[in-house]
Amino acid sequence: MGRRTRKLISGLLVLGVVGGAAFWWLTKPAPWNASHWEGLGEPDLANGEQVFWAGGCVSCHAKKGAEGDARLVLSGGAPLKSPFGTFHAPNISSDETAGIGGWTLAEFGNAMTRGVGRNGEHLYPSFPYGSYARLTAKDVNDLWGYMKTLPKSAEVAPPHELPFPYNIRMALGGWKLLFLTEKPRVSVDVNDPKLARGQYLVEGPGHCGECHTPRNAIGGFEPDQWLAGAPNPEGEGRIPDITPGSKSIGGWSASDIASYLETGFTPDFDSVGGSMVEVQKNMAKLTPADREAIAAYLKAVPAL
Amino acid sequence: MKIRALMLAAALAGLGVTAVTAADEPQVVRQQAMKKVGAATGALAGIAKGEKPYDAEVVKASLTTISETMKTFPDHFPAGSETGHETEASPKIWENMDDFKAKAAKLGTDAATVLAQLPADQAAVGAALGGIGKDCGSCHESYRLKKN
Repeated sequence: MGRRTRKLISGLLVLGVVGGAAFWWLTKPAPWNASHWEGLGEPDLANGEQVFWAGGCVSCHAKKGAEGDARLVLSGGAPLKSPFGTFHAPNISSDETAGIGGWTLAEFGNAMTRGVGRNGEHLYPSFPYGSYARLTAKDVNDLWGYMKTLPKSAEVAPPHELPFPYNIRMALGGWKLLFLTEKPRVSVDVNDPKLARGQYLVEGPGHCGECHTPRNAIGGFEPDQWLAGAPNPEGEGRIPDITPGSKSIGGWSASDIASYLETGFTPDFDSVGGSMVEVQKNMAKLTPADREAIAAYLKAVPAL
Repeated sequence: MKIRALMLAAALAGLGVTAVTAADEPQVVRQQAMKKVGAATGALAGIAKGEKPYDAEVVKASLTTISETMKTFPDHFPAGSETGHETEASPKIWENMDDFKAKAAKLGTDAATVLAQLPADQAAVGAALGGIGKDCGSCHESYRLKKN
């Protein structure tokens, strides 16, 4: 082996190690500094409950078809089909073993906003931390306080059913590097407090884009297609476009949208359907001002 | 002369047949039925929201429309009508026909129950509408597909 070849090989080796280290460093789970979750004080439980309904936790984490108080038992297990496999929502009840009752605020907050599990592992973005990343530390603290008041369930949810390579959690670091951001999805006039609130609710806790925005082959949102509608991940049909350019709701006024979120009726008295039924039940629990803020924001996003 | 008249008659009959056929297609019949229920629900909602004054006759007529329409609604889903005419019916209807029928029947009987004790004011109409809306949503959740 000539000196040149040896030099080349060792050079490549160094590059490989450096590259691998760089990839590991860039994509390792990145919780917030501990101080992010400190000094938040006693949680405001009433606000926590509002964040809970805005966040739609029940839709995936309660038993399918649960009504009334049974919706507050977050035992998990519901399947969420996707092109990458079937996810099962975990038990997030206040049970210390089966649920998350034994977690600290920081552990809960880092899962919610950074997609980092209790053991420092990457979580799958089927849990919409890509949206929840926008939650304020105060809202997370209030939500956590409220969730600790909910019932315990000892049920253990089944594990995700994911084929290779989607079962490799480390790869999620690459997904986060490409797609995880707290930046606004579109620009609206944030000097208008109503629009700013609507943007927070839709892009953050409401996580509307998770279904209403189309994704690329590796599960990131298609650029410039915010809320433009997408194939239904559960099978046939489509999740509708909800921008002002929508064929189905583009003609609705802001008050039509707010009223739909409150009552489940469209302006021509068709009703809510599909997975939006569960979402609307949650939206009905928000304040009228918050539903109006959501509506105002949806009228202000780019028409697609 | 005679032939022309015959041809004209045949052409007219043909037109007639086409028109009847389109309106008779189960996909179209059930869409019309849903529109009727929607219009009746809208009339109730107008009162519940206070946009229209309370009118016992309107309430009675609307509830009757809903309960009567739902009696025959599931009959308009025969085999072979799974697609076409921009149907939003989910294939799950044919997989779970009994559950689908039960859900349709529930709306019909719920409307009939309200009718039997006619809501006497705006607030009572609102309360009744809440229950009816839930029936709409619980069926549309599983059995209607949005296509756009």
